[in-house]
Amino acid sequence: MTTPVSSMVVVLIGAVIGSIGSVFLKSGAHAVNRDWKSIAFNWRLAIGIVTYLISSVLFVKGMSRGELSVLFPLVSVGYVCTLVWSRLFFHEPITKVKLAGVGLILIGITCLGLGGH
Amino acid sequence: MSPVASSSEPHAIDPAKRKQAILIVVCCTVLVAIAQYLIKLGANRLSHAGLVATTIGIFTIPPLFAGYCLYGVFTVLFVYALRNGELSILYPLIALSYVWVTITGVVAFHEMMNPLRVTGLVVIVAGVAVLGWGGGGGK
Repeated sequence: MTTPVSSMVVVLIGAVIGSIGSVFLKSGAHAVNRDWKSIAFNWRLAIGIVTYLISSVLFVKGMSRGELSVLFPLVSVGYVCTLVWSRLFFHEPITKVKLAGVGLILIGITCLGLGGH
Repeated sequence: MSPVASSSEPHAIDPAKRKQAILIVVCCTVLVAIAQYLIKLGANRLSHAGLVATTIGIFTIPPLFAGYCLYGVFTVLFVYALRNGELSILYPLIALSYVWVTITGVVAFHEMMNPLRVTGLVVIVAGVAVLGWGGGGGK
């Protein structure tokens, strides 16, 4: 089985959109307090959830055709993006520890994908 | 429009709450694994469906629907954790779900285990450990 480029693009877009969704989830999370309105009318949270859903639909679509050895590593591109977004929007430093952790996760997921299933 | 809430100050986070946030996400990866399994189960019926049919399928195919409901539970807990933790640490932790998915496949569905997959599992756990322990303490 070969992996269609369309599947790769769909999964990659899903990964990037998912990481952007997490940015909205975090900024929305900070706006939540004991008042129910802070959840019901929380547009950041809403955008985060919708973006997350869109990325899930794209994953379902992309993963339905193609090899996991190719598609798994593409999913983990989202983790790298998140490091960048966190630095840009929340001023979270990109430390060596984080780079090492995300790097290991990327390598691990690639190994899993190469290992089959 | 900037997505950043003006009140968010990631550096003012209490270390104990930071650890709790990491623990919540680590536990939640089990939910993600179950959700992913259910979604994969349902997605097999959608291999040639368009984007609209896929979206409708999420509500009409039971395993897909159950999978997304679990994702919903996960999202609630994840948002709670995000209040007290760094996004750049908590988001990559979700990768731990790959470990549960693989172990479930081997134990419950007799998928084959090979050296490459074992290496993958060990390396992912190492990465999560580095982020969880190293990233929890600030610098």
